[in-house]
Amino acid sequence: MNNKLKTLAKGVIDVSPLMIPVVPFGIIYGVIGMELGLSAYMTFGMSIIIFGGASQIVLLQLFSGGASSFVAITSVAAVNSRHLLYGAVFSEYLSHLKITWKIILSYVLIDQAFAVSNTYFKKNKKNENKHYHLLGAGFTCWIIWQISTILGIFLGSVVPEELGLSFTISLTFLALLINDFRKFKNIIIMIVSGLVATIGYTIIPFQAYIIVAALSALTVATLLTLIDLKKN
Amino acid sequence: MHWSTIIYCGIFTYLTRFSMIFLLKKDILNDKAKKILSYVPSAIFPAIIFPPIFLDSTGSLDIENNPKILAAIIAILVGYVSKSIISTIFAGLISYWFLIFLYY
Repeated sequence: MNNKLKTLAKGVIDVSPLMIPVVPFGIIYGVIGMELGLSAYMTFGMSIIIFGGASQIVLLQLFSGGASSFVAITSVAAVNSRHLLYGAVFSEYLSHLKITWKIILSYVLIDQAFAVSNTYFKKNKKNENKHYHLLGAGFTCWIIWQISTILGIFLGSVVPEELGLSFTISLTFLALLINDFRKFKNIIIMIVSGLVATIGYTIIPFQAYIIVAALSALTVATLLTLIDLKKN
Repeated sequence: MHWSTIIYCGIFTYLTRFSMIFLLKKDILNDKAKKILSYVPSAIFPAIIFPPIFLDSTGSLDIENNPKILAAIIAILVGYVSKSIISTIFAGLISYWFLIFLYY
């Protein structure tokens, strides 16, 4: 097996364990999309066009709350701002590539692919085909996400509403934060965000509570970071 | 929901992933900016998590008689101990069903 294929396969293998939680997440997304009355085409189309679980579910939640397109798009942009970090970290490894590679790899640069390829890139700086690792990891995520979305769309017409599956939106996002539960500063930031959103939900117009809460919490995060830097 | 909203969201999502790879020649974000960006999930996800748990369908605070709060606390405890995404989701969902079945 040549180096390109080997690196590609390594990406697929490395990301596979992280796909276990992606499957129920995709199914939940599909089921909720159908329960909210979106067409199957639209629910699936979002998975192709947006390809980001958090963004898609936020969009569904805001849609069910009657938010305007402007607020929905701004909230999705806010949820996505973490990708700026991924791109910034990866630019070091990918800046020499042709533009076509950058265009393709950007489409699949999601949380799980970033996590495994970042580890790989750090250890294999000299492998000139290292970007194949991200290609393998990213497209594995893509295929799994599309399949589980379709499964969810089919289940959505069968699963009864009484099961309260919309509660799984909260649970899924909660589960994405478990690695930060032990960090004191993160907990403060989480509480600020959650309180502002809950109090602001009815007060803040246009369903802009996610954006306002996120900005408040990021202000606190900035202050905590600055205080920390002064201490050291 | 309009297709145009989905397409705009798709473009924004793509651009946040593409912009840094395309624009930066070297890793130019300083450590401070990176540290702050690493807090983005903690700053945004609770804004999505909290309101559906604590507010009822009319948007008023619902603390008593609310099985979601207890189920969320169980999910947090399970997540804290197990560090497993699936266990967290299922612990929350199963305790929620259990509570509805028992008391509500």
